[in-house]
Amino acid sequence: MLALLLRDLRLATRAGGGFGLSLAFFLIVTVLVPLGVGPEGGTLALIAPGVLWVGALLACLLSLDRIFALDREDGSLDLLATAPLPLEGLVTVKALAHWLTTGLPLTLVAPVLAVLLNLPPAGYGPLTLSLLIGTPALSFIGAFGAALTVGLKRGGLLLSLLVLPLYIPTLIFGAETARRGAEGLASETPLLLLAGITLGAVAILPFAAAAAIRVNLR
Amino acid sequence: MSIWEYANPKRFMQTSSWVLPWVTGLAAMALVTGLTWGFFLTPDDYRQGSTVKIIYIHVPAAMMAINCWAMMLVTSLVWLIRRHHVSVLAAKAAAPIGMTMTLIALFTGAIWGQPMWGTWWAWDPRLTSFLILFLFYLGYIALWEAVEDPDTAADLTSVLCLVGSVFALLSRYAVLFWNQGLHQGASLSLDREEHVADVFAYPLWLTIAGFVLFFVALVLFRTRTEIRARRLRALEARERMA
Amino acid sequence: MLKVRDLGVSRGGISILDGINLMLAPGAALVLTGPNGIGKTTLLRTIAGLQPAAVGTVELPPEGLAYAGHTDGLKATLTVAENLTFWARVFGQDRIAPALDAMDIAALADRPAQNLSAGQKRRLGLARLLVTRRRLWLLDEPTVSLDTASVRLFAGAVRSHLAAGGAALMASHIDLGLGDAATTLDLAPYRAKLPVPGQGGGFDEAFE
Repeated sequence: MLALLLRDLRLATRAGGGFGLSLAFFLIVTVLVPLGVGPEGGTLALIAPGVLWVGALLACLLSLDRIFALDREDGSLDLLATAPLPLEGLVTVKALAHWLTTGLPLTLVAPVLAVLLNLPPAGYGPLTLSLLIGTPALSFIGAFGAALTVGLKRGGLLLSLLVLPLYIPTLIFGAETARRGAEGLASETPLLLLAGITLGAVAILPFAAAAAIRVNLR
Repeated sequence: MSIWEYANPKRFMQTSSWVLPWVTGLAAMALVTGLTWGFFLTPDDYRQGSTVKIIYIHVPAAMMAINCWAMMLVTSLVWLIRRHHVSVLAAKAAAPIGMTMTLIALFTGAIWGQPMWGTWWAWDPRLTSFLILFLFYLGYIALWEAVEDPDTAADLTSVLCLVGSVFALLSRYAVLFWNQGLHQGASLSLDREEHVADVFAYPLWLTIAGFVLFFVALVLFRTRTEIRARRLRALEARERMA
Repeated sequence: MLKVRDLGVSRGGISILDGINLMLAPGAALVLTGPNGIGKTTLLRTIAGLQPAAVGTVELPPEGLAYAGHTDGLKATLTVAENLTFWARVFGQDRIAPALDAMDIAALADRPAQNLSAGQKRRLGLARLLVTRRRLWLLDEPTVSLDTASVRLFAGAVRSHLAAGGAALMASHIDLGLGDAATTLDLAPYRAKLPVPGQGGGFDEAFE
C-alpha cells in the first residue's frame, strides 16, 4: 500500500502529472471573482468564504478523472486488481494520494488567496481548518465518482454531474464554518458536522467505489 | 406463492398486461374527480384566494418526487441483493417520472410563490432540497445513458442510488442548517392544528391517490417497454452471432 | 495448482464458452489457441477473477497468481527500475535484479519507460511477472511485438519457471517457441451453443 501511495505521489509530481494544475486553477478563479463582482472590499469580504470553498471544490473536481482512468488505460488497474491488495485498500490509497496532491496544497494556499478577497482576520483560522477537515471528503467522494465512470471513454463531464450533487453537504458545512468564523461567530457545530461527513465518507465510500471498480473491470 | 415470482420477466409481462388498464382507469378517475372537485367545488381561501388551488397539483407531485426516489432505492437494493432484472428496470423506468414530478413541484411552487411571497424563487430549505433532488435524478439518468452494457449500468446506477440516497438525506439536513425558510409547514399531517381545513383536504387526498395510481401506471408501462427493448437487444445480438 | 471445473464464460451478457475443464499441475504449461473472438482473453480474465464466471468453479493456489494482459501496466514517466520495484513491492517482494537480467533489460534500468521500444516494453512487462514470484502465471498473448531473440528469451524464462515448480496458462495464436514443454488446447470445440430463438421462453431469454 505504501508502495502504491509513493508511486502515485511520484507520478503526480513528475512531468505531465498535473500537480499544480488545480492550484493554478484555484488561483485563477479567485482572481476572476473580484473582476466579475467589483473591487468593493466589503462585498468581497462577505463572499470570500463561499468563493474560496467553491473554488477549492472545483479545483478538486478538475483532477478527479485521473484517479483511476490513467491506470485503466495502461492496464495497471487490471494488474492491481489481481495483485494481493484489496480493492478497498487501493481506493483508499488512491484517494489519499489525491488529497495529498490536491486538497492539502489547496488548503495551504487558501489563506494567501483569502488576502486577495479581503477576508476578515478572524476568518483565517476557521477557513483553513474547515478546508483541512473538509477536503478529504471531497477526495473520497470524488474517488467514488471516478470509480463509477472509469469504464467510460469520455467520463469527465459525467463525473462532474455525478459528483457535484454529492459535494453539496460538504460544501454547505465547510463554507458555513468559514463564514461563521469570518463573522466572529462560534463555528464549532458546522465544523463537527463537516468532520462527521469526512469520517463517514472515508469509512464507507471505499467499499462502494471498490464495488463499482469490480463492475467496471468485467 | 411468493412475491418474487413477479420478478420473473415473463410473469411480470403477463400480470402487468391485465393490471395496467385497471390502474390507468382508476388513476384517470381519481385525477379527474379530484382535480375537478379541488378546482371548482371548493371555496377560495380567505387569505390566499384562488391561487391556493394549485395545491392539488403541487403537493401530490412533491410527494411523488420523493416517493419515487424511495421506490428506486428499494428496487435498486433488490437488484443488488437478489439480481432480479425487472426490479432494476423498474428503477430505470421510474427515474424520468420522478424527475418530471420534481420539476412539476418546482414550477407549480414558483407559480404559487409569486403571488404569496412576492418572489418566484427563494433559497428556502424545501425549495433548495427539491432542486438538489432534481440534480440527483439527473445524475442517475445520465449514468444509465452513458453505460453501454445493461448489467454493468444496472450495477453502477444501483450503487449510485444507494450512495446518492445517503447524500440526498445529508443534503436535506445540511440545507435546513444553512437557511430557515419561508415555506409553510406540512399541508397534511396528523397534527390537526397546522394542517389544511377539511374542505380542502378531501379532494387533496383524492388527487394524491390519483397521482400514486398514475405513477404506478407509468412505471408499469415504462418497465414493460424496457423489458421489450432488452429482449430486442438480445435477439439482435443472437442474430449477429449466428 | 489450477483446477477449472465446468466453466462457462460470457462477454457482454452473451455466453461464449462452455464446459471447460482444466487442470494444471506444478511444472505444466498449457497454451490456449483458437480463432480471434473465441474468448481466450475472456477465459483468462475469468480465471484471474477479473470477471465472474457464468457457471462452474475456479480453484487457485492460495498465494494467488500473476496475470499479464494485453497492456503491461507501465507508467511512462517512471524509469524501468521504478516500475519494476513498484510491482515487486505490491506483491510483497523486493528483488528486481534477477528479473532485469533474465529479460536482458538491466542496461535500460534508469531509462524512463516512455523511451522504450514496443519490444522492450513487452520485456519489461514479462520481467514484472518474474518479480511477483507467483507460481501460477496467466499470460494473454505474451509474445506480441517481440523479435525472435526475445521470444527465445521469453521461452527460456517460462521453462525455468516450470522447472522451478511453477505453472503457466497462456493464450496465443502464434507459436510461443516452447516446444514440448507446453500442451496445446484448442478452444473451438467449447464454443457455447446458441439457444434456438423462440424456444427460450419468451421474455425470460433476454435475461440470462
